[in-house]
Amino acid sequence: MNSSLMDNIPRIPLAEWTDRSIDYLQAEWGESTQAFANGMEELIKGLQGFLISLPPELLIIVFILLAWWLVSKKVALFTLLGLMFIYNIGLWKVSMETLALVIGAVALCILIGIPLGILAAKNKSAHRIIAPILDFMQTLPAFVYLLPAIPFFGLGVVPAVLTTIVFAMPPVIRLTDLGLKQVPEELEELGKSFGSTFWQMLLKIELPLARANILAGINQCIMLSLSMVVVAAMIGAKGLGGVVWTAIQQLKMGMGFEAGVAIVILAIILDRITQNLGVKQGGRRR
Amino acid sequence: MEIIKVEHLTKIYGSDTNKALKLLNQGQDNNTIKKKTRQVVGVRDVSFHIEPGESFVIMGLSGSGKSTLLRCLNGLISATAGKIFIEGQELTGMPAHSLEKLRRQKMSMVFQRFALLPHRTVLGNVDYGLEIQGLARAERRQKSLQAIAMVGLKGWEDSYPAGLSGGMQQRVGIARALATDPDILLLDEPFSALDPLIRQEMQDELLDIQKRLQKTIVFITHDLDEALKIGDRIALMKDGAIVQMGQPEDILLSPATEYVARFVENVNYSKALTAASVMVRARNVVHPKDGPMTALHIMERFGMSSLFVTDRGGKLLGYVNADDASRIAGQGIRQLDTIIKKDGPAALPDTPLCELLEVLAHTKVPVAVVDEDDSLKGVLVRGSVIAGLAGERREISEQ
Repeated sequence: MNSSLMDNIPRIPLAEWTDRSIDYLQAEWGESTQAFANGMEELIKGLQGFLISLPPELLIIVFILLAWWLVSKKVALFTLLGLMFIYNIGLWKVSMETLALVIGAVALCILIGIPLGILAAKNKSAHRIIAPILDFMQTLPAFVYLLPAIPFFGLGVVPAVLTTIVFAMPPVIRLTDLGLKQVPEELEELGKSFGSTFWQMLLKIELPLARANILAGINQCIMLSLSMVVVAAMIGAKGLGGVVWTAIQQLKMGMGFEAGVAIVILAIILDRITQNLGVKQGGRRR
Repeated sequence: MEIIKVEHLTKIYGSDTNKALKLLNQGQDNNTIKKKTRQVVGVRDVSFHIEPGESFVIMGLSGSGKSTLLRCLNGLISATAGKIFIEGQELTGMPAHSLEKLRRQKMSMVFQRFALLPHRTVLGNVDYGLEIQGLARAERRQKSLQAIAMVGLKGWEDSYPAGLSGGMQQRVGIARALATDPDILLLDEPFSALDPLIRQEMQDELLDIQKRLQKTIVFITHDLDEALKIGDRIALMKDGAIVQMGQPEDILLSPATEYVARFVENVNYSKALTAASVMVRARNVVHPKDGPMTALHIMERFGMSSLFVTDRGGKLLGYVNADDASRIAGQGIRQLDTIIKKDGPAALPDTPLCELLEVLAHTKVPVAVVDEDDSLKGVLVRGSVIAGLAGERREISEQ
């Protein structure tokens, strides 16, 4: 092996540091994170149980009406056929599990992401801290933080939701930040010149104007959440991802493909509906 | 007492303004300061005050600092040095919540590009200031509808801004500014994004509203015609400083610097000049007791075909012409009473010249300039009017 001058620099023990930090954190915080995980599991399981307990016909009708009202007849028709197909191939229950997982993850992304986006837009130092963390969250391979999550939150839906959040939240933060920064200067001046307070500015001017961007962020977040379900199934999230995972292990191509198609159908329906949330309401202005 | 007082206001953009301020106080020009310190001077050492009910126009080309100055008046931009008083309250250095309160109650702003909220209807936009003031919904609605009616947009309450023309959008902007009934209106080039015909219409309407409401107006423009039309007083800015300030005519007739003179060169004088500023003294008048022979003598001597007749107090009674005078002289009548004509053209001293050009073009007798008590103040003759339009101020004698 060729030697280099740089060999004289001692190796930085990043791996050891990380291991030791995780051990330390687990020893110090393990119990509280487990308690948190138990609470959250109750919530997600509750949501899953609720969606599964509903008659499939009712849910299908609700989705069709949403698609019709927010988008178009075409998308409503696709929703009808797509959901009936999922039911037909026997993947309804696992699809509902996945849907509950996505809803839970997206709700948390919105709850945490929008305030963080506002903070990043309003405060330069906050932006300087948040921006690189977002890059980190989006590019760090999911498997790298998937496994360390297990000692903290156990196996099951909770680490699945949390890793999904890590992956899917950045666009909510980024687009909230972007939307707020794109508010025209004159409208900012308008708000200030009439004596608006910080919160009045935010609620009456900035957030309404950033709406389309924020909704685009939420739409992205939903798509990314769905793309994480297979990965999340590795740590016991079940749902459609679980079916895919089993199919891979047992080399059942057909079964894997069915579950994959079901994921795509769910993704298309959720995408079309949420994508038009912004456009439809915005369209009223023009 | 003045409603707005500005004392030695300076605004320098940049992170380290101290050194720049020092150079500025030494009288260095903006370019030198920029080169030496990398700080940009927005407004330099400006002082003025504005009386309640006055329309004060700040005029200058882009980059002259006029918008910066306006934004200092409501604290959107904070001054680097100097003081601003609004109704005696010092605005500079005021804590944020007092500044918010002041903006909510005392002043409102109209923007060049309208600044309407696209997600709100016309009513919702006009409502904005009242909402910020925290009024109850019913009261807000009533006040907003009143303001909308005042700018002539009745029936458009539920439309969205994107569906309105530029002129109508700016009407919404004005209604919004009026709805809170502030003492001071700050208008930042409100009509410059509109096409010329609409612009004139809006100017007229603003003047109309101003006549009724008597607000204090600070109006920014780069258009001299507009400045002359709107302003009771005009401040002309260049490189952040006020180069001349005064009534429209002062600026037109005696430009203080070369810069102002060049600015004024292309103005349409007929809008700015009033009858009083181009009239000449009526030196030769007759009284009713004077006989026709006296009248004829004066006319012959000065080469005129008619003469104004006033009483001893200077009140205009009418005019006589040479034909009638020589006729009654032939009949041996010794008084002018019977031949005084009252149908001669007349104007008030503050009538704009543009309204008189038509009259001047067709009249055979000079136009009398009289005040409200019919007292003869002067005479408009073609020579003086043309000289006025040409921007000359020479004393011109009556023919």
